[in-house]
Amino acid sequence: MRITLDDVEYRYQVNTPFEHLALHDVNISMEQGTYTAIIGHTGSGKSTLLQHLNALLKPTKGRVFIGDRTIEAGRKEKALRPIRQKVGIVFQFPEHQLFDETVEKDICFGPMNFGVSENDAKQLARKAIAQVGLSEEILVKSPFDLSGGQMRRVAIAGVLAMEPEVLVLDEPTAGLDPRGRKEIMDMFYELHKREGISTILVTHSMEDAAKYADDIIIMHQGTVFKKGTPQEIFSDPEQLLELGLDVPDTVRFQLKLQKELGVRFDHPCLNIGDLAIEIDKAMKRGNR
Amino acid sequence: MLDKMIIGRYVPANSLLHRMDPRAKLLLVFLFVCVVFLANNFVSYGLLAVFTILLISVSKIPLRYLYNGLKPIFFLIVFTFLLHILFTKEGELLFEYGWFAIYKGGLIQGLFISIRFTLLILVTSLLTLTTTPISITDGMEELLGPLKKWKMPVHELALMMSIALRFIPTLMEETEKIMKAQTARGVDFSSGPIKERVKSIVPLLVPLFVSSFKRAEELATAMESRGYRGGEGRTKYRQLNWKTSDSLLMVSLGLLTVMLVLLRS
Repeated sequence: MRITLDDVEYRYQVNTPFEHLALHDVNISMEQGTYTAIIGHTGSGKSTLLQHLNALLKPTKGRVFIGDRTIEAGRKEKALRPIRQKVGIVFQFPEHQLFDETVEKDICFGPMNFGVSENDAKQLARKAIAQVGLSEEILVKSPFDLSGGQMRRVAIAGVLAMEPEVLVLDEPTAGLDPRGRKEIMDMFYELHKREGISTILVTHSMEDAAKYADDIIIMHQGTVFKKGTPQEIFSDPEQLLELGLDVPDTVRFQLKLQKELGVRFDHPCLNIGDLAIEIDKAMKRGNR
Repeated sequence: MLDKMIIGRYVPANSLLHRMDPRAKLLLVFLFVCVVFLANNFVSYGLLAVFTILLISVSKIPLRYLYNGLKPIFFLIVFTFLLHILFTKEGELLFEYGWFAIYKGGLIQGLFISIRFTLLILVTSLLTLTTTPISITDGMEELLGPLKKWKMPVHELALMMSIALRFIPTLMEETEKIMKAQTARGVDFSSGPIKERVKSIVPLLVPLFVSSFKRAEELATAMESRGYRGGEGRTKYRQLNWKTSDSLLMVSLGLLTVMLVLLRS
C-alpha cells in the first residue's frame, strides 16, 4: 500500500494561545514494500507526521492518500477502522498500552477489534509471539508480571497480530539494551524482507537508518529538509552535522580521513566492510 | 477535545492579574464565591457580571479561549437551567402544553443559577489561568499558615495540592497518548453504541492507573533522595509581596459586597 502526503500542514490547538505550527509543506511518498526512515531532532515534526499515516491526525491543510483512501483537510471522515488495520503503528514505549489480564488477551485485542474471530485471533497471537522471539508459555501470564524488554515485545506482538500491510515504528527500541535493540531491529527488517511489509521507521539513530532503510527522509523544523537513498543523504555529511544531526560512524571516519589526510572517496560507506574496501582502493590509487 | 480544557491550565502573559500576589487572588476567588450568593435580582447579577468582565479584561486572556474552555460545561449549565424550568412552579404561568409548563419563577431561577454558575467558573478559571500552580500553592500555604498552631499539616496539604495540579497536564497528555495507541489498535472512542464505548474505557483506564502509580512511586523516591523532609525549617526561594494593587483589588471587592448587600431585594 502506498502512502502519499500532499502539501500537508498541521497546527496544534488552533485558536488557542497554545496554537503552533508542527508541520508545513510536507510532500512525501512511501511506496509499497519499501523501508523508509524518518529522522530529525526532537520537535522536528516526526511524531506528528507519523500520526498522519493512519489518520490519527487529520491535516489542517493538504491531503493524505492512504492506499485508495484520501484524507483531506476540513472534511469529516467516517469508517477509519480499515485504515487503522492496514497501517499498524508501534508507538514510543508501546508497553504503556498493555492492559488486559493475560498476554494472549492483550495481543488478541487488536485483531478482534477489526472483526477477527476469537479462535483466529488466538492463532494470530501465537504467530506474533513467536515473531517477536518469545515462547508461547508467556501467553498465559499477566503482561504486568513481565520484564521491561518482554513487555515491549508483547506490545509489538499486539500490533503485528493485526497483520498490517504497513508498519510504522516510532523509536521502537528506545530504552532497550544494545542486544535487545539489535534483535528487535533485525526482527522488523526480516519481517519486511520476508512478508513484504512496508516499513516506516522514525528514529534518532543514523546507524539504523543507514543499515536498514531504502529511503531516508530528514525532517527539520516541521518540514522535509532532505530526502533520498542513504547514499544520497550521506554524500554530504557536513550538511547533516551542521544541522546538529549525526552521521554513521563509517561516514564520520571517511570525513575525517578526507579532511586530515586528503583521502578521496567516490561514495559514502555505510558499513565497515564497504569502508575497508574503499580505503584499500584509495591506498592503491595512492592519491594521498 | 482534551486540549480545549482550560481548567487548571496556566497561560503565560504579563498582565496586571498575572503580576498580582497569589494570596490576593486566592482571597478574591474565595470571597467572590461567597459573595455571588448575595445577588438575588437582575441588577445585582448585572453588577457581578460587570465585575467579572473587568477582571477578564485586565487578565489579557483571549476571550475566544475562555469561551472554548467553557464549552465542555455548557451542557451542565443548560441541564441545571432545564431542571429549574421543569420543577420550579412559582409565580405567573407563562406557557403550558399538556404536562409541560413554564412558570415565571422557574425561568428566573434557572437564569440566575446559570449566570451564577458561569460567573463562578469564569472567575475560578481566571485564577488558574493567570497564576502558576506553584504560586497558587505558595499563596495557599501562607494563607493557611496560622492554622499550623492547631497542628494542621498545612505544608503537606499545600504539597499535595501542588503535586495534583502539576500532574493534571501530564495526565491529560498521557490519556491522549494511550487513546491514540488504542485507536491505532482499532478502538473507537468517539462513535458507536454506548455499550461499546463504555467497554472501550477499560483499555484506557488500566494503563493510566498503572502509569500513575508508577509515577507516584518514582516521585516519592526522587523527593526522598533529594532529602525532602516536609516543611520544617524550609526556606522559600520565591517570596510573596503584597502590593498596593493587591490592596486595591481587595477594596474593590469590598465595595462590590457593600453594593450587593444594598441592592438585595
